[in-house]
Amino acid sequence: MIYLELFLTFFKIGLFTIGGGYAMIPLVREEALNFGLTESEIMNFIAVSESTPGPIAVNMATFVGSSQGGILGSAVATLGVVLPSFIIILLISALLKNLLKYAGVNAALSGVRPVVAGLILATSITMFLSVVLGLGTIDDGVSFDWRAAVILGIVWATSFGYKKWKKKAVSPILLIVTSGVLGVVFYEFLK
Amino acid sequence: MLFKKEFIMEKKSKPSLRLLWELFFTLFKIGLFTFGGGYAMIALFESEFVSKKKWMDHEEFLNMVAIAESTPGPIAINSATYIGYKQAGVLGSALCTLGVVLPSFTIIYIISIFFDAFLAISWVASAFRGIQACVVFLILNAGVKMLKKIKRPLDIAVMAATILCVVLFSVFAIKFSTIFYILIGAAIGLASYFIAKLKNKEKEESTK
Repeated sequence: MIYLELFLTFFKIGLFTIGGGYAMIPLVREEALNFGLTESEIMNFIAVSESTPGPIAVNMATFVGSSQGGILGSAVATLGVVLPSFIIILLISALLKNLLKYAGVNAALSGVRPVVAGLILATSITMFLSVVLGLGTIDDGVSFDWRAAVILGIVWATSFGYKKWKKKAVSPILLIVTSGVLGVVFYEFLK
Repeated sequence: MLFKKEFIMEKKSKPSLRLLWELFFTLFKIGLFTFGGGYAMIALFESEFVSKKKWMDHEEFLNMVAIAESTPGPIAINSATYIGYKQAGVLGSALCTLGVVLPSFTIIYIISIFFDAFLAISWVASAFRGIQACVVFLILNAGVKMLKKIKRPLDIAVMAATILCVVLFSVFAIKFSTIFYILIGAAIGLASYFIAKLKNKEKEESTK
């Protein structure tokens, strides 16, 4: 039953995403791979989720849900990812006002934070290996994609330069559009 | 017992239809116009909730953000549920959450219908190959931002161990659920807290 599976999977993701937005990407990636999506499909979903309005978590849930089970699939996946938040915040604001003041809760949260940072960094490393070196698992062998490496370098330089010049972070959408144009130039015209 | 009184009060006064509509519409607007998720939304939440609507003062807003950040789930959803409940009880929180989710849901669902056909166009596929390199950078950037906040040696060790395990397990195709990492992190956090507490106790006793 794909709908129940989608609902439970995204309920679990909603429940274990601590720290917002990017914290859920490692969890979604893992589950999406289990659903049979590829690394590059997942990265496309992330790119679209970043460049459309709304919370990334909801966008990703809708996207994965739709790819697996159409409109009903996307509805149950979105409901699943939202429900844990909804229930927990209701509980906190109605009954457990002091939950976050308990030392134990804070201690557990402070232990989770470095793990989440590690998960996100590890996700970017495995995605780097897959995009630039074509390496998913050890069986794949390495095939270096210099175009991806150059695009990554330009994106990094753009972000770095923009920050120095304008004194504020560049919008991710601008970076996505830039890299899209570079993608067309490198993969269509410089074959 | 203060919260019990408030809880009853909130239940008693029935929210007006006008307020419910306003809550839904405000959150819908926020959902429609914020790009980049959670943290980008916080600024918009502040201008709508605190400055314009005066639904909460600045201190309560900061309190809300602290709760939204440290409870599971997307920050936007947590904040929407919180503000809805404060203003109009359970019905209000449901409407706010629906409001903030609906624009994303509709937009992404429509995109997802056409996405495969769109990707079949050769230059679109090329553009997305370029964009994938950018996604690597965006995620790395988000990770580095979190990394900068980590100071304690124990936390740095936990983070490094997490990175090492995830990358190695992924390359060697060993399955180990992400949730386990999070649970282990929580356990380490609790353990280090109680060990520090015990040590302090011992110190106090030895100085006595």
